[in-house]
Amino acid sequence: MDNLEKLKKTASQIRRDIVRMVYHAQSGHPGGSLGCADFFTALYFSELKHKPEFNMKGANEDVFILSNGHISPVFYASLARSGYFDVKELNTFRSIDSRLQGHPATHEELPGVRVATGSLGQGLSVAIGIALSKKLAEDDRYVYALTGDGELQEGQIWEALMFAAHHQVDNLIVTVDWNGQQIDGPNEEVMSLGDLEAKWKSFGWEVMQMEGNDMEAVLTGLRNAKSKTKKGKPVVILMRTDMGFGVDFMQGTHKWHGIAPNDEQIKEALSQLEETLGDF
Amino acid sequence: MLKELLGAKDKKATRDGFGDGLFELGQTNDKVVALCADLAGSLKMNKFIDTYPQRFFQCGVAEANMMGVAAGLATGGYIPFTGTFANFSTGRVFDQIRQSIAYSGKNVKICASHAGVTLGEDGATHQILEDMGMIKMLPGLTVINPCDYRQTKAATLAIAEHHGPVYLRFGRPGWPVFMPENIPFEIGKGILLNEGTDVSVFATGHMVWQSLQAADQLSKAGISCEVINIHTIKPLDDAIILDSVSKTGRVVTAEEHQISGGLGESIASLLARKSPSPMELVGVDDSFGESGKPAELMNKYGLGVSDVVAAIKKVLER
Repeated sequence: MDNLEKLKKTASQIRRDIVRMVYHAQSGHPGGSLGCADFFTALYFSELKHKPEFNMKGANEDVFILSNGHISPVFYASLARSGYFDVKELNTFRSIDSRLQGHPATHEELPGVRVATGSLGQGLSVAIGIALSKKLAEDDRYVYALTGDGELQEGQIWEALMFAAHHQVDNLIVTVDWNGQQIDGPNEEVMSLGDLEAKWKSFGWEVMQMEGNDMEAVLTGLRNAKSKTKKGKPVVILMRTDMGFGVDFMQGTHKWHGIAPNDEQIKEALSQLEETLGDF
Repeated sequence: MLKELLGAKDKKATRDGFGDGLFELGQTNDKVVALCADLAGSLKMNKFIDTYPQRFFQCGVAEANMMGVAAGLATGGYIPFTGTFANFSTGRVFDQIRQSIAYSGKNVKICASHAGVTLGEDGATHQILEDMGMIKMLPGLTVINPCDYRQTKAATLAIAEHHGPVYLRFGRPGWPVFMPENIPFEIGKGILLNEGTDVSVFATGHMVWQSLQAADQLSKAGISCEVINIHTIKPLDDAIILDSVSKTGRVVTAEEHQISGGLGESIASLLARKSPSPMELVGVDDSFGESGKPAELMNKYGLGVSDVVAAIKKVLER
């Protein structure tokens, strides 16, 4: 099996993990998680140079920060499947005494999480700080970050954009999950984002676009993005995804942003997602 | 001791103590980095910036991002010191501090100048009197409010050695430099400045100087005031407070902050649980400040020496 096929199978398992976690907890955010499953798989199983032993500093390895913390199911599934902790622990998502909090946190010391996120707009600034720490330490690895598109409505994001360009934080690759949806409806109805590409460009960033639900396109996109780093500008990938991708009745709608499937829906969802690595 | 303390001749701002402490850390600790939101001059950070430009990050007028970048630098193993006014170090960025720093356990030092009414002419928009109340509620966050130049410098050095998030609060005006150099600064340990038997006065920040003067005035009337400097609002030095109150049985607190949420309330909470005692709280009573000179404002807003004297007399009558 070539690498691409392997990654596609991993993504299918991660999608199963996501819907099973949310079903189990009867709460959580399946929509954005499913949409970003290909991105997370490409990152954690191919592009991110990370060490199996978790170390908070992340010295001499690539670091990933999830700014839109509500898509914790895809983050946790990717961390577990790539060896940060036992996949059985996914079963504890959102329950009492778990390290898998509703939104990612460092407080319970879950390996792979470097900062708490959930209150939106903050993770990008933290990623920039880590990127600066790498420069200070002459560590040539990269910092990756993911933000939502609705999250771009937070003012702190634009403070961070200005800062990263001004300080030439060029060891940073930010991806925007551009699925066009947020809790109350489509971005364009809730709060128009305008010309995102022009906005990021005018803030001094290197801007790319990428199809986020096509594994080959994600791999190519992430590699292209890396080729644009270390040239004085931070890099952003505007990633087009479908919220809920992989489960037909969850796809393309904001309605599955933050609700759990019932007994029938979980059966239907799982019938559409191949079990490839063994369920937790 | 009282006479020696009150004999202080020099005046220097507590913010100068921060600037000098930060500069010294630049020399002694290569993990220390600094960030500022367009107030480097006001925070007296220029010596550090000029000498260690690679370890300084100008953030512009964007405090929320500054807190996040600091959290990231701490994640990478550095010890970031953020500098801006107390107003913009707390209320404006409370959620950033809560999630990215406190809840995430990041080793960030939030250094906050121009606290309280002694900021003066800029007026109430900038004179924050609620900062300690907000910030002390955050779990695991250490809160320090030093009383003069020397103590602020010592606190700046000490927090670099302490692992965990810290809020360091200081002020704008020139203020007597009265703390003896031989008194060590220890986070969480109050300092007995004047022994007394009738009343315990627990004071923080600029109000320590006011309290020493009040104690001196009252000693002439035969009232013996114990004055204790509580520079660390959290964690509170329960032992020094309970020891003193077990002797005097009467308590006055003094701070340049709203009474609501301040040091006085922390001490009242401790005493209610461990040693209920008559108590008066000197501070700003549910009011905003206004423009004016620091001394005028302290007198108008209940922070004058006469206010401390009145509170002591009142508590002794109870």
